[in-house]
Amino acid sequence: MLDTLAQQLLLGLTNGMVFALIALGYTMVYGILEFINFAHGDVFMLSGFFALTLVGALGLQDAQGFALFAQLALVLVLASGFGALVNLLIDRLVYKPLRKAPKLAPLVSAIGVSFVLQNIGLIWGALPLDVFGGGGQPAAPKSFPALLPTDNLLGDAALTLQLKDVLVIGASLAVMTALFLLVTRTKLGMAMRATAQDPQAARLMGVDVDRVVAATFLVGGGLAGFAAVVYALYINTVYYQMGYQNGLYAFTAAVVGGIGNIPGAVLGGLLLGLVRAFSDQFIGAQWQPAVLFGILIVLLVFRPSGLLGSTAREKV
Amino acid sequence: MLVVESIRAAHGAIEVLHGISLRVQAGEIVTLIGANGAGKTTTLTCISGLHKPKAGRIAFEGKDLLPLPAHQIVTCGIAHCPEGRRVFPRLSVAENLALGAYTRSDKDEIRRDLDKIYGLFPVLLERRSQLAGTLSGGEQQMLAVGRAMMIRPRLLLLDEPSLGLAPLIVQRIFDVILELNRQGTTILLVEQNARMALKIASRAYVLETGSVIAEGTGAELLADPKVQAAYLGDG
Ligand SMILES: Nc1ncnc2c1ncn2[C@@H]1O[C@H](COP(=O)(O)OP(=O)(O)OP(=O)(O)O)[C@@H](O)[C@H]1O
Ligand SMILES: [Mg+2]
Repeated sequence: MLDTLAQQLLLGLTNGMVFALIALGYTMVYGILEFINFAHGDVFMLSGFFALTLVGALGLQDAQGFALFAQLALVLVLASGFGALVNLLIDRLVYKPLRKAPKLAPLVSAIGVSFVLQNIGLIWGALPLDVFGGGGQPAAPKSFPALLPTDNLLGDAALTLQLKDVLVIGASLAVMTALFLLVTRTKLGMAMRATAQDPQAARLMGVDVDRVVAATFLVGGGLAGFAAVVYALYINTVYYQMGYQNGLYAFTAAVVGGIGNIPGAVLGGLLLGLVRAFSDQFIGAQWQPAVLFGILIVLLVFRPSGLLGSTAREKV
Repeated sequence: MLVVESIRAAHGAIEVLHGISLRVQAGEIVTLIGANGAGKTTTLTCISGLHKPKAGRIAFEGKDLLPLPAHQIVTCGIAHCPEGRRVFPRLSVAENLALGAYTRSDKDEIRRDLDKIYGLFPVLLERRSQLAGTLSGGEQQMLAVGRAMMIRPRLLLLDEPSLGLAPLIVQRIFDVILELNRQGTTILLVEQNARMALKIASRAYVLETGSVIAEGTGAELLADPKVQAAYLGDG
């Protein structure tokens, strides 16, 4: 029993890390623009395709030892960069021209972008590459090779702890710490927080708000790209709709944590991952969405602005 | 130093400034008075670049400001302490002040200016790690003025710094404005408290529904019966 609990705790944590990484991108953009980037989950998905393509090109499935870890690190960095650039590109091409338009315009555009990205995912998956199984079935899940050894680090213990668990949790924590330092300790981070609270006043301090927005999309997209590799390593598949489902969960996590609030997104993501794992184990996987969203709705009834969201809008 | 020439500005379809002209010489305290809705705030936002006029010219030290976005106007040497304080509520007092120095990189001088502001407003030093949103109104106003000072501007635009404050704090803010001016900062001050503003002003403009209807030295306007009747409340 205790082992089952610990196992589900571990599963919930690792899944929660992925939700948290994606949720950060939703929440940071929302914090600055009060805009929900519905295409964010699909940036995550495209980054997954990018990572898988890279894995194939590098022949990573056959690599071992130091070469494997070095190249895996490279894939992580490049996929993050890819996600960052795609996110920035979307903002510059689609959202930026609509910045002064009524709020529904960018929202609807984001939904449109989401579909466009999913189609790009389908086209990408149709490429005649070995990693895509020749590209014959674009919509089918593509298997992402199990790059990491799967043996139990704890030896014969009933609790299974694999290297990928350690890696997922460790790397996610490292990235979140870096983000935290960026936001609290650097000039850019301070400009981000100021812009989120009062963009006009930030401009009066000499902050180039447009650059802050660009930086926010870059960071959010980078986190999504990073999350995609983590997810692919963990779940071992990549498919064109993975952004839709995980994006929805991550967005929910951001709302539960308090949209616009950075620690809130992490908290919401972990909570969602844990609830999901325990509900799958003890209630049944078929009830997952009902249990999950049921709990979240109740939570939001009592804390409408989320766990860490400010209860009142402070506008002086 | 600052030349504003026949600017027209609109909010949406409604024109609210109908060709305002004014000048500020280096070293002056110039005040802008007028009833609610006269266009004082809009005039200041046009100068700082938050709002772009439809026509006219604004030049600072010979440089045309109209094509510049607000964040670049700051680096020209103009700071705007906006109406309603607008401190960053969920940043600490110290972080708010640090944002004032956002465009600067002269670390030692920033340190010195910070000490100076804490000297002028000791309460800010006491509360430096408190969130700005939890300060009292008067403290927030001091923070807003301090934050603008951290920009180390040559021209400081102040929009109703005394609004809603107790007389003692108003006096304190006005003392600081005078002190800043003595140390070389040129001031353009918008005030409801016309009497106090005119007393410290070298020159003043009176704004009415988007036009300048009178100008003169502070003393002249204080003595003007029409100004007395309309703005000083003692006809
Ligand atoms: N954002 C806005 N949208 C529409 N109209 C506006 C806006 N801001 C100001 N106005 C209008 O422009 C006119 C001038 O406003 P402004 O704020 O410049 O006046 P003010 O002299 O600063 O007044 P107060 O003393 O009340 O601060 C007013 O008629 C006001 O209703
Ligand atoms: Mg005003």
